[in-house]
Amino acid sequence: MTDLTRLTSGPAEDVPRTLRAVEPTAFSGVFTREITLFRRVWLSTAFGSIVEPTINLLAFGFGLGALVSSVQGIPYIQFIGTGTVATAVLFSSVFAGMYDTYIKRTFRKTYDGILATPVDVPELLLAEGAWIAVKAGVFGMAPLLVAIIFGLPPSWGMLAIPFICFLTGLGFGFMGQWFSGIVPSIDSFTYVQSALITPLFVLAGIFFPLQGLPQWVQTSAQLNPLYHCVQLVRNAVFGWEPLNDLGHTLALIVFAAAMALLSIRALRAKLID
Amino acid sequence: MTSSPSHAPPLVDHQVLALRLRGVVKTFGDLRAVDGLDLDLRAGTCLGLLGPNGAGKSTTMRMLTGQAIPDSGEIEVLGFPVPQKSKQARARMGVVPQSENLDEELTVRQNLTVWATLLRVPRRHRVKAVADAMVAAQLVERADSKVQTLSGGMKRRLLIARALVHRPALVLLDEPTVGLDPQVRGDIWTLIDQLRSSGVSVLMSTHYIEEAERLCDDVAVVSHGKVIARGTPAELVGIHAGVEALEFFGPPVRLQRVEDTVAPLGFSTRRTGPSVSVLRAEALPQHVVDALGEGSRRAANLEDVFVLLTGERLAD
Repeated sequence: MTDLTRLTSGPAEDVPRTLRAVEPTAFSGVFTREITLFRRVWLSTAFGSIVEPTINLLAFGFGLGALVSSVQGIPYIQFIGTGTVATAVLFSSVFAGMYDTYIKRTFRKTYDGILATPVDVPELLLAEGAWIAVKAGVFGMAPLLVAIIFGLPPSWGMLAIPFICFLTGLGFGFMGQWFSGIVPSIDSFTYVQSALITPLFVLAGIFFPLQGLPQWVQTSAQLNPLYHCVQLVRNAVFGWEPLNDLGHTLALIVFAAAMALLSIRALRAKLID
Repeated sequence: MTSSPSHAPPLVDHQVLALRLRGVVKTFGDLRAVDGLDLDLRAGTCLGLLGPNGAGKSTTMRMLTGQAIPDSGEIEVLGFPVPQKSKQARARMGVVPQSENLDEELTVRQNLTVWATLLRVPRRHRVKAVADAMVAAQLVERADSKVQTLSGGMKRRLLIARALVHRPALVLLDEPTVGLDPQVRGDIWTLIDQLRSSGVSVLMSTHYIEEAERLCDDVAVVSHGKVIARGTPAELVGIHAGVEALEFFGPPVRLQRVEDTVAPLGFSTRRTGPSVSVLRAEALPQHVVDALGEGSRRAANLEDVFVLLTGERLAD
């Protein structure tokens, strides 16, 4: 009937005796799982992540664009088109981090299964965060393509945008994971969304330049990672400002690293008794 | 010296321990879930952890994979100290969780392939490993069906196959047949029995007596986080519950009369619903048996042992 001896003739021979804390093999195992799952759901995920920012772009671009012809010397549809890249990145990463991580941990018990294989909490979360960031890198390009269709001239700098989106998505993906580990229930995400995500989104210079706002708003924008993403994307399209852009990049790297640490700490406490 | 198949060397050295736990304690707030647990699993044998819900079985399982960290005590899994080298141990063990956590939207083959990757099956062996696992779980015809279309029994078989895809030396089964109907339970038992015969070490938690009696070489009776007795099912029954029990059916008054008759003579009894069993009934004097009236003799079983030792029932 069945032949188990073929399966069970001894321990796997290729496993090294000592394993490092974060191993490429464990990382790629989790990453591959995400790719396999994504092949099943890519259409619905891509639809939401692309259509929503595109609607934003068109509505604001044409609606407000009729009243405001240009901002800082840039036609409004191009100003908003570059800004909306950040919207796409934010929404595709922070919500994936929050909801998917929460659901996999509590309802589906996926992590209990994965952590019984030779994968540790940091590898699990870093790999899932990296996958969220890859998607952000791709989805972030959608509004840019729409903006190009509506007259934004293509430039070499645009090639940097997927990387900017990846880096930003990394930070927000980890931030979502972290929230999933500290909220008391899935309903609490509403508070996170209203009290944190919306202000970050509104005060990032996506829809209007922050220069006209009070000084304290402009100063606090420096603490908003999304602001740094918006600035980098605009500079990639309209002209680099090397020193500033280095600062923006560093800010995004620090953000991603800090969020990764917080995420690992919070979820380790939840996943390991 | 002659050698015949029956004298062939065993597949694995039974003196080697696949699991070794000493004085393991795990508390959650005020609750001592595991309270000084000692446990040995000889390589190539099946050890059953028998106990009611809340005895600490699942917590013990989680400590073996490093998913719960003991407050004190020593744990060795396949020779690796856990949790320090838990990852090396996990690479060589398969874990079948109590609650089904397959990827529902993926196919049988995809589920197994993903797990083969996570369990470090080298890329060049992966296709064959997945194919072998599907044969073992009798899911070849459903290879490309999504998991959400499988029956409960098929899902459970897939859950077990997923834990075998990397040819583990040790398999942990947490309540492998809980909630399954008898027919499906039989299929799972066959699978576990084959696993044991093929030389894999198995630790299985259960609260089904029949499961432990049929599948386990050794049984550790667990209550309140401690092992209170261990041995082969036959030894445990022989030592603690004797040869046979005399079971009486009837209204509560009748059952009470049986209890009142034998208690002064030092015999233990246990109630199961509408019946009461007098344990070690082989030692009852004939005149007492006659006085008790019509009852039925049955072989003593592990449940008798469990009730005698703990005063608790293994309720479903």
